[in-house]
Parts: sequence; C-alpha cells; structure tokens
Amino acid sequence: MSRVIALIWKDLLIEARSRQFIGAMLAFTLIVIVTLNFAFDLIREGREMNGAGALWVAILFSGLIGIGRSIAVERDRGTLDGLILTPIDGGTLFLGKFGASLASIIVVEIVALPVFAALYDLPALDPLVLGIVLAGSAGLAGLGTLFSAVTSGGRSREVLLPLLLFPLMIPVLIAAVRATGEVFQGDRDDILRWINLLIGFDAIFIVLAYLGFGFLIED
Amino acid sequence: MNGFLDRRDRWLNLTGLLGVAIVLVGIYMAFQYAPTDRVQGHAQRIFYIHVPMAWLAYLAYAVLFVGAIGYLWKKDWKWDRLARASAELGFLFTTLVLISGSLWGRPIWGTWWQWEARLTTTLILWFIYLGYFMLRSYAGDREKAARHSAVLGIIGMIDIPIIHQSVKWWRTLHPEPVVLDTTGPNLPDSMLYTLLVCFVGFTVLYAFLMGMKYRVESARDEIGEREMTRMFEASAAQQPAVDTTSAPSISGGMED
Repeated sequence: MSRVIALIWKDLLIEARSRQFIGAMLAFTLIVIVTLNFAFDLIREGREMNGAGALWVAILFSGLIGIGRSIAVERDRGTLDGLILTPIDGGTLFLGKFGASLASIIVVEIVALPVFAALYDLPALDPLVLGIVLAGSAGLAGLGTLFSAVTSGGRSREVLLPLLLFPLMIPVLIAAVRATGEVFQGDRDDILRWINLLIGFDAIFIVLAYLGFGFLIED
Repeated sequence: MNGFLDRRDRWLNLTGLLGVAIVLVGIYMAFQYAPTDRVQGHAQRIFYIHVPMAWLAYLAYAVLFVGAIGYLWKKDWKWDRLARASAELGFLFTTLVLISGSLWGRPIWGTWWQWEARLTTTLILWFIYLGYFMLRSYAGDREKAARHSAVLGIIGMIDIPIIHQSVKWWRTLHPEPVVLDTTGPNLPDSMLYTLLVCFVGFTVLYAFLMGMKYRVESARDEIGEREMTRMFEASAAQQPAVDTTSAPSISGGMED
C-alpha cells in the first residue's frame, strides 16, 4: 500500500511541478462543455438527459487526454524501464498509475462540475451526482490505464486508445449517463440499478486490470 | 510432406466438403422445405443464414478467448495461432450477421437498424474485433502482439455480457428468443429442422475454415522465424570476426 501511495505521489509531484497535463485537460474539458451547448442546446426545457450526456462526453474526452500520459512521458524519458526494474509487481504499478490518473481526472472535475452546474443550471453538485461521477471516473481510469500501457508507445496512441477503450466502456457510459440523468430529472426510480452496474463494472475491471497490467507493461 | 500431414489434409478437405454439402442442403431446405412465414413472407428465410452467423460470431470469440488464455498461460504459439485464426473468422461472421440482420430488419421492422440489446452488443463485438486487429498491427513484434491482444481478448469476453445487460436495460425491441424458449421451441418443426441443418452446416464450415486458417498462420509463423534466422545469420556474417578460432567451427558445424 505504501508503495502504491509512493507511486501516486511521484506522478502527482511531477505533475505539480511541470503542470503539463492537468491544465490542458481542464481547458479542453471546459471548451468541450461549452461547445456541446451548441450541439444540443442545453438551456432549453427537457435538457436534463442531454445535459447528462454532455457532461459524460466531456469527462470521457478529458480522460482520453489525461489517462496514460504519465506512462507515455515515462516511456519517452526512459524512466519506465527503471520503474519496471524496481521490485514492484505489475498490479502495484497499475494501482499507482490508476491512482494518479484518477486523481488528475478528479482535479479537473472539481473545477469543471461547478462550471457545468452554473452554465446549464443543472444540479451537478448534488452529492449523488458527485458519487456517480466518482464511480464513472474510476471505471474510465481503470480500463484507460490498462490500455494506455499498450497504446502509450509511439505513433498509434491517439487512435488506438479510444478504439480499444470506448467499446468496452459502454456499460459505464450508459449507467453513468442514465444515473446522472435521473438525478437531473428528479426521478430516481431506476437509479439504484445504474449505480449497481457502475460499481459492479468498476470492481470487475479494476481487478482485471490489476491482474492484466503486468502482461502489458513487461516490455 | 510426410504421411501424417497428408492424412490431416485429407480430413480437413473432407470437413470442408461436408460443410459445403450440409450448407447446400440447408439452403435448399430453407427455400423448398420450410414453409413461408405467414406474417413475414419470404423475408423470414434469411433467418436460416442469420442465426447460424450470429452463433458463429460468438463461438469464434469464445475460441479466441480460449486461445488468449492458453497463450498467456503456456506461452505457446499454437494458442496464439488459434486466437488469431478465430479472430479473423469471427470478424467475418460478425460482419455478415450485421449485414444479414439489416437486410432482414428493413422489410420487417421498416428500418435497417434498431438500438436494441442483441444488435448493439453484436455491433460492439465487431468493434472489439476491429480493435483486436489494430492492436496486433500496431504492436510491432509478434510476441508483443500476441500478449497484448490476449489481454484484450480476455477483457472483451468478460465485458460482452455486461455490455449486453447494460444495453438491454437501456432499451429493448428485439423479438424474444423463439428457439431457446423454456416452454420448448416455438417454431413449426420444418422451420426448426431447417435451422438445425444450417446450424450444423455452418459450424462444420467454421471448423474447416479454422483448420485452413490455422495452417496459414502456422506457415506465417514459420516464414517469420526463417526470416529472423536469416537476418540473424546475415548480421552475424557481416560482423568482423573477433574470435577467429570459434567462427569457422560454428559455420563448419552448420554445414554438417
């Protein structure tokens, strides 16, 4: 556990000193949130479901930018080999990278959610929404970190990560959008089902990624 | 070629002929023996192609999954060949089931596509296959391609039921299963027999194609290994001989 914390701390410290990605992720997320208004007209009546969709598209896109950056940077600088050579198993390495990715997504969300709530007058700061956002982001960061171990090496990254991630992420997207939409609409009949799906998905795929990460990073 | 390979070839060719024969019988039955559907008319006959294709799309993925686990466990190339071979066939069948389903849906539902659980899951399966090939082609070397794609194959297998369930909750329009009903098959016998013949025929055909494809992949591996050996030998020959005593004895040993 202390190793995981050390790994997360290392990545966050690098980010805090260089401020390379979180700023970019944040700017990108905000512009996506604003741009989606022109696609869906999010200030009209009955905007609740579209608003939930817009929020999740923004989170998904910002995740694509942020997840796995630290692995790509370590590959470029050659420090990844050093990390692999340390007596840390693949699973622990995964938890470290996963924690750092999730932390950076959360930092972005802390700024983006109030902006979203203010721009579209939707209850995006409802505690239930915060929980859903956290659970959805965990699923995104979990699978994303796993695949970024493969896609961070070289030219293919930008295409390959979404191509692998999006199809497998569909349960997370459906559950998160529906659950968020139900809170926005004030009609919470099915919300437990969606939250269960989210948490179940998170649990299964974080365990799988924990087990599988070693196979992907060992080169 | 030795006798063993010959015998294997003969069995493979026999399987192929058998598969084609049964499929031809099945298609004949679909047009001549099975009755015309009262509601759907002749359009319903695509059912006899569509359902076996759907079965094979998922069967091929299950075989891919077995190959993926086998490779990660044993690190033996034959498992990766199995996965590779099944992936290409699975992609083909998934494409065919999507196309045949659209052709069927157009006259019956009045639309090419429905965002319903089974259709959507099959479409996602198609994308997972696509990602599988992209991942392999970007991986660079063979060993990495096998290892990476095996992880994707396993993740996908576990995700497919979850995707199906999530889309089902999301919305559903597809007719409920008519064959695997708990009260027994809900089809006239003649339709059921026709479907069964097509099922068996296409599955035998899949087995034959798998055999062929597996041989192609084996040959590909062998060529790859030979090229590697040749490149290795060429680079070894170009290097200035540092150790003059051992170099001639190695090449002498190779010629024996």
